Amino acid sequence: MGAALTAVAASVAFAQGSTADAIAKYREALQDGNPAELWEARGEELWKTPRGPKKVAFTACDLGLGAGVVKGAYAQMPRYFADADRVMDLESRLVWCMVEQQGYTQEQATKVPFGDGSAKRSDLEALAAYVVGQSRGVPMRVSLDHPKMKTMYALGEKMFFYRGGTHDFACSTCHGEDAKRIRLQDLPNLTTREGAQKAYTTWPAYRVSQGELRTMEWRLNDCFRQQRFPELKYDSDAAVALTTFLAYNANGAPYAGPAIKR
Amino acid sequence: MADPMKIRATLVGDSTEVKVLMQHEMETGQRKDAQGKTIPAWFIQTVTATWNGKTVLTAQWGTSVAKNPFLAFKFKGGAKGDRIQITWVDNHGDKRSDEATIA
Repeated sequence: MGAALTAVAASVAFAQGSTADAIAKYREALQDGNPAELWEARGEELWKTPRGPKKVAFTACDLGLGAGVVKGAYAQMPRYFADADRVMDLESRLVWCMVEQQGYTQEQATKVPFGDGSAKRSDLEALAAYVVGQSRGVPMRVSLDHPKMKTMYALGEKMFFYRGGTHDFACSTCHGEDAKRIRLQDLPNLTTREGAQKAYTTWPAYRVSQGELRTMEWRLNDCFRQQRFPELKYDSDAAVALTTFLAYNANGAPYAGPAIKR
Repeated sequence: MADPMKIRATLVGDSTEVKVLMQHEMETGQRKDAQGKTIPAWFIQTVTATWNGKTVLTAQWGTSVAKNPFLAFKFKGGAKGDRIQITWVDNHGDKRSDEATIA
């Protein structure tokens, strides 16, 4: 009896290992022709083209390293922006530039945060793809020097461990221990440095199953849906706080996105 | 009109390696929309690659090719600076051609 159980346990462990290996191989095979490049190309166009009622291009937009500087900017976000007096992640900053510099209303700017994989395409996803692609290989270096960054980090940490909703779930329920899975996908343990680094540096990513490039805010938004939490509002302080928590924990690792994921 | 293709062509020894990323829906005709109506098939039917005007690859594709397809192939010959042109035609008759030079 005991021997039989051991044998079953061993074969289950083996099956999990080979599945994870197969998924890793699948990702490697796809990496070469990552369609994220198509989003990056569209994003670059959008970045350089004058837009909105004021006909201003994103080249006037300061991502923290000066107006129009994209190279390496994402590796230092989220960060505190004095002109907005707010901590912002990449998406919030893009929205801010669209509203303050290009003359869109907040509503217009955030009308299509996520595309539907078909006719409805999101400019924000394309812009994000372009910006993050310009930080590929740059080590993550998010600074908590500003007091508002510290506040955001603490808030994000609190949210990460906060249990709630109909299922009494927290982010940490799935992402607080090693070797957790959802269906066949291994879930990263985001409370460890390696786990946070591996996860954070590979978002945004092209999702093959959706035919879309997905941003960090999409990832968090969908995690909230899976937890049966209230909808995480796009460009909200809650989204920025969680991103700040994860980004800071990923410090030191070279940014590797936009990646490709199942 | 579809977005431009991303084409990379590199000389490896005496042959050229070409990698192409295309933007296309590649709808299979087997899916249904929210109203339960079948989404009509829409896919790339033929792909042609030319090297300085000479055809080096033709392909007939169907609905089993993934959305936003990636195509990689090699052919003998080629020199730095040579012109590679890729063309696709889909079942709507829509067409897209893009060019790159061998690096």
